[in-house]
Amino acid sequence: MNAMSEWETVIGLEVHVQLATKSKLFSGASTLFGSAPNTQACNIDMGMPGVLPVLNEEVLKMAVKFGLAINASINSPTQFCRKNYFYPDLPKGYQISQLDNPIVEAGFLEIILKEGKKKIGITRAHLEEDAGKSLHEDFKHLTGIDLNRAGTPLLEVVSEPDLNSAEEAVAYLKRIHSIIRYLEISDGNMAEGSMRCDVNVSVRKKGSKELGTRTETKNVNSFKFVERAIQYEIKRQVSVLEAGENVVQETRLYDSQLNETRPMRSKEFANDYRYFPEPDLLPVLIDDEFINSLKDQMPELSESKTKRFVKDYQLTEYDANVLTVDLNFANFFEEVAAKSKNPKLAANWVMGELSAFLNQENLTIQETKVDSKKLGNLLNRIEDSTISGKIAKEVFEEMWNTGSSPEKIIETKGLKQVTDSVEIREIINQALDQNPTQLEQYKDGKDKLFGFFVGQVMKISKGKANPEQVNKILKEKLEE
Amino acid sequence: MPELYQLTIKEKLEGLKNSSFSSLELTESYLERIKRIDPELNSYITVIEEEARVKAKESDQRYQAGSPLPLDGIPIAHKDIFCTEGVLTSCGSKMLANFISPYSSTVVKKYEESGSVVLGKTNMDEFAMGSSNETSYFGPVKNPWNNKCVPGGSSGGSAACVSAGLAAGATATDTGGSIRQPAALCGLTGIKPTYGRVSRYGMVAFASSLDQGGVLTKTAEDAAYLLKAMSGHDPKDSTSLNVEVPDYINEINQDIKGLRIGLPKEFFSMNLPQHVEKSISDALKVFEKLGTKIKEVELPHLDLSLPVYYVIAPAECSANLSRYDGVKFGYRCENPKDLDDLYMRTREEGFGPEVKRRVLIGTYALSAGYYDAYYLKALKCRRLIAGDFDNAFKSVDLILSPTAPDISFALGEKSSNPVEMYKQDIFTIPANLAGLPAISIPCGKHKGLPLGLQLMSKSLEESKLLRTAHHFQLNSDWHKSWPSL
Repeated sequence: MNAMSEWETVIGLEVHVQLATKSKLFSGASTLFGSAPNTQACNIDMGMPGVLPVLNEEVLKMAVKFGLAINASINSPTQFCRKNYFYPDLPKGYQISQLDNPIVEAGFLEIILKEGKKKIGITRAHLEEDAGKSLHEDFKHLTGIDLNRAGTPLLEVVSEPDLNSAEEAVAYLKRIHSIIRYLEISDGNMAEGSMRCDVNVSVRKKGSKELGTRTETKNVNSFKFVERAIQYEIKRQVSVLEAGENVVQETRLYDSQLNETRPMRSKEFANDYRYFPEPDLLPVLIDDEFINSLKDQMPELSESKTKRFVKDYQLTEYDANVLTVDLNFANFFEEVAAKSKNPKLAANWVMGELSAFLNQENLTIQETKVDSKKLGNLLNRIEDSTISGKIAKEVFEEMWNTGSSPEKIIETKGLKQVTDSVEIREIINQALDQNPTQLEQYKDGKDKLFGFFVGQVMKISKGKANPEQVNKILKEKLEE
Repeated sequence: MPELYQLTIKEKLEGLKNSSFSSLELTESYLERIKRIDPELNSYITVIEEEARVKAKESDQRYQAGSPLPLDGIPIAHKDIFCTEGVLTSCGSKMLANFISPYSSTVVKKYEESGSVVLGKTNMDEFAMGSSNETSYFGPVKNPWNNKCVPGGSSGGSAACVSAGLAAGATATDTGGSIRQPAALCGLTGIKPTYGRVSRYGMVAFASSLDQGGVLTKTAEDAAYLLKAMSGHDPKDSTSLNVEVPDYINEINQDIKGLRIGLPKEFFSMNLPQHVEKSISDALKVFEKLGTKIKEVELPHLDLSLPVYYVIAPAECSANLSRYDGVKFGYRCENPKDLDDLYMRTREEGFGPEVKRRVLIGTYALSAGYYDAYYLKALKCRRLIAGDFDNAFKSVDLILSPTAPDISFALGEKSSNPVEMYKQDIFTIPANLAGLPAISIPCGKHKGLPLGLQLMSKSLEESKLLRTAHHFQLNSDWHKSWPSL
């Protein structure tokens, strides 16, 4: 990597966010994913002769909310335009998009890196309609066209070239993802294409003021692929430049199977889009009253939530950050914290045991097998010393696998902690009796063996002895 | 005793109400005339005979029940640009010669709701591009006054069929004069309302910012009836105006005394043919007699109209016609080799030469490097022209001009010279660019062919136009004669 260090990477991202409206951008047809082909395309989506677009006002609200979340200005009037190109899944032969006066302009957001925070500029975010899908696999020598997706609203978010590594790009993408999820304007499901990313990468000699020639890698659809595609492009461009050649400005695609990018056929992108104002839609005025009413509806976003978690729950900034990346995750934590009354413990469990189980089975927090109420109850059993933290893990696993309540599991498995000092004293005596040699050595000054005896006590009690009491009584015993 | 087709719409409605004749009889009389006369004229692309009879019978039932609708039983025709569910909607093109529309335009629905009986769909220039109806895939339309001559265009079929008494009135569209110029050439009343007054939903688009639906009728009073039925706000058209539609029929009798009529000196310094000038000066005498005041006005940017129009209209058309690609509906070339071949041959074979010419002009005008010089500049000039009208209407209520440069011309005379053809719309285009309402009415004849004059007004003052036209017609006979067929 030393050879790389004289090079600097410049990255800009174009993120397409599918907005979670019930109906399409310019028609009343449903936007539901996964229906039979062409069952959710009305005359307007199909571009029938004579049809006209009518703007879905819900989309405006969503775009303005996004603009407010990234500290941007909202353009009024905002103007739609036609972007002309021929493709079979583009029914009208033009896409209704925005060029001049996009709805959102000049915003920024902050990403959190190991080195600290970094501000990333967002040039613009504009509305446009999605195209349909061409199906090449299902028909021999034919292409099928499914127009269900045609007309689905997209918000295209264009960043400034402020990102300098794959890590920064992914952090930025995750922030965008967090914002759209918090605002509930998109499900952000990258696998279903609800969030797609075009990656612009160029490299230049460190210290150089001029930008290098960039390539655009289209439609990368996971955080991991974005990271890999960028890493691949950086290496490729550096080796091209170091061989004394020039990077070709081109559109590329990322092949996740081979983990490489390669150029698209030039025909697939060599277009003069002949943009012009959409005469079927008047410029849209967005007044202050409209913006203010949306300001009032803005939810607490992850940044402020992080601050609140640090303040209210005395969490570290790191922990608070982990908990607030995903809104549902943050909400789950707050429910557990409220139930258990010990936020720190709740945070440890949500980030630790729960996350481990979710990851293992590749589940989202909404699919968790232990709900927040049950987890809260489990933590309360630790708090009230019914069970130890160690036993709690055993109970949690049982809860996860059976769906049973912690109380029932503790009861039926007899896992209730031993807190009776008489009983604990007996177990301690047993442990000391069984290990006379070690007792001898301890009395000769080998203090480290204290832990050994604690272990033996826990072993005999099958982990149920209250550790604090064990410590206290064992100490007394050994001092005798 | 006049024949049924010669009655005005008002007289027809009275006759139906009084049971002087039934709606079915009225419809049959038109169907009979169509069968006899239209093979020569070619004004209809589709005649909807059976459906028309069904609707006429329904209409008779409503009369018998004593609850007729506003236009109950009035036989009309729709320009074949208005989508009609289950009926061929060809737009005069080979591209849509097999297109049975899956839905009805707002205009078609509104007429259904008004009780009118639709006789069929009328011939037109391909995608409304033309001024003689000669670009139609379905063949040219003859002028009922002289079958060697054109009826004008693009609404030539609608004009010829009303002029020949093959419908009581017809819908039409006007992007640069396509209602008014054929009205003038066929001796009819034709009104293009304010942009946004009539819904464009389901009206096949040519140039979206200029297209506007309207009607062709024998008289201004007939136009008032039909325009009332088709106007009004439509939530499906974002450019539709959300304002109330006045009662054109009642307001038509209001006095026009004191109205100020402006004559743009730019129009009258154009070396008009003597018979055109004479017809206008004769008409002005009638208007003066009716108590209006005539004065000269200036529209200094008028000479920009034609060039501006021939940038904006083709630019919009180039995008509007992209959907005809052989993929989803309409014409598809046979055995395409690949996607490019599908696109190129479908469009090469499916569009006629005038449509191709405009798609090419428009594509060029919008191309990178040319957009600012052509399209953007044209938009700026359009503002100037609209500004001229704003200024002029500070001192006058109406602006008067000839509708077309001359009487109708022979079939084939101008079809090889596009610029000569484009000049047909020199007087009508400015109203489209400014979005203003305008009406054409008959005002004379030369060599047995009609001449028309045009009146323009401020936005949403269709009522004033209809009223002025009506009073002129109460004091002239040009609109009363019928061609002998």
